[in-house]
Amino acid sequence: MAFDYDKYLRPGKLPHIWCPGCGHGIAMKGLIRAIDACGLEKNNTAIVSGIGCASRLPGYVDFNTLHTAHGRAAAFATGVKMAKPEMNVIVVGGDGDGTAIGGNHFIHACRRNIDMTYVIFNNSIYGMTGGQFSPCTPTGAKASTTVYGNPDPTFDISKLAIGAGATFVARTTAFHATQIDKLIAEGIKHKGMAVIEVLDDCPTTYGRRNKFRSVVDMMKRLKDIAVPVAAASKMTAEQLEGKVLTGVLYKEEKPEYTQQYAKVIAKAQGA
Amino acid sequence: MSSPRVEVIERYCKGCSICVEFCPTKVLEMDAFLVKVAKPEACIACMQCELRCPDFAIKVFKD
Repeated sequence: MAFDYDKYLRPGKLPHIWCPGCGHGIAMKGLIRAIDACGLEKNNTAIVSGIGCASRLPGYVDFNTLHTAHGRAAAFATGVKMAKPEMNVIVVGGDGDGTAIGGNHFIHACRRNIDMTYVIFNNSIYGMTGGQFSPCTPTGAKASTTVYGNPDPTFDISKLAIGAGATFVARTTAFHATQIDKLIAEGIKHKGMAVIEVLDDCPTTYGRRNKFRSVVDMMKRLKDIAVPVAAASKMTAEQLEGKVLTGVLYKEEKPEYTQQYAKVIAKAQGA
Repeated sequence: MSSPRVEVIERYCKGCSICVEFCPTKVLEMDAFLVKVAKPEACIACMQCELRCPDFAIKVFKD
């Protein structure tokens, strides 16, 4: 075996609920490998999620886990981190949970630069509730609530995170399985808000409506649209049409929120 | 060194066929909506199937 996942999984919980070919499983394996590579202790790690397909992940992994209200994962995670600043806090969730219903919590967690790792599983749709369009559904794509094609422009989660103040932002896809764990591991080690966007596929509610013949077609599309940041700098705007950049998109060092808050406490106590 | 061994956990397999498609030596094939190890001797232990399986259903043992 290349890797033994069993030591991080709760016994008896598999098979998971995700549909055949759902990229969430691939991303979850990447997350587990990243946690292992960083050597995080189970008792000192909290995995927090909201509601949705991706948010079922904490049920399968053997850490301190929180499955919270829709979109509120970042808020609960902030609470955990403030109460226990030494704890490693990882948030997982989908694009709808993170950027629509929880958009406000997401941008303010980014703004504060609180030390957590937010892994967004972007499958471009609300999968669990029946395929409604999300802010990440591509313009023109079909969803159960946009049967004539989605008229909305699309959110770029990574740009949103950078704009809101996150200090580590990276993007990868479910096809690039080994890159997932490398980027998440880098995000975990980063002191501050790390956002890792994993583009994946929803064959059941997105692929079916958008003329993807199979799960494999969706995986090949992820391979085709991804362009590493270094390669993109040598490409023209025309060549980059319809592509997404992958790799570390942004990184900087800034004061971290729990450390700043500790100074406030010290000041208030007259230190 | 003995040849690698590919193990499919049928209880976890949902038959998405990602492993079948990405196996470079065509070790795996679909059989009644589940994955079957058709040519075990062809396995080169590249781990692509184990890495890409979304369902924790494939394990490759190198020796």
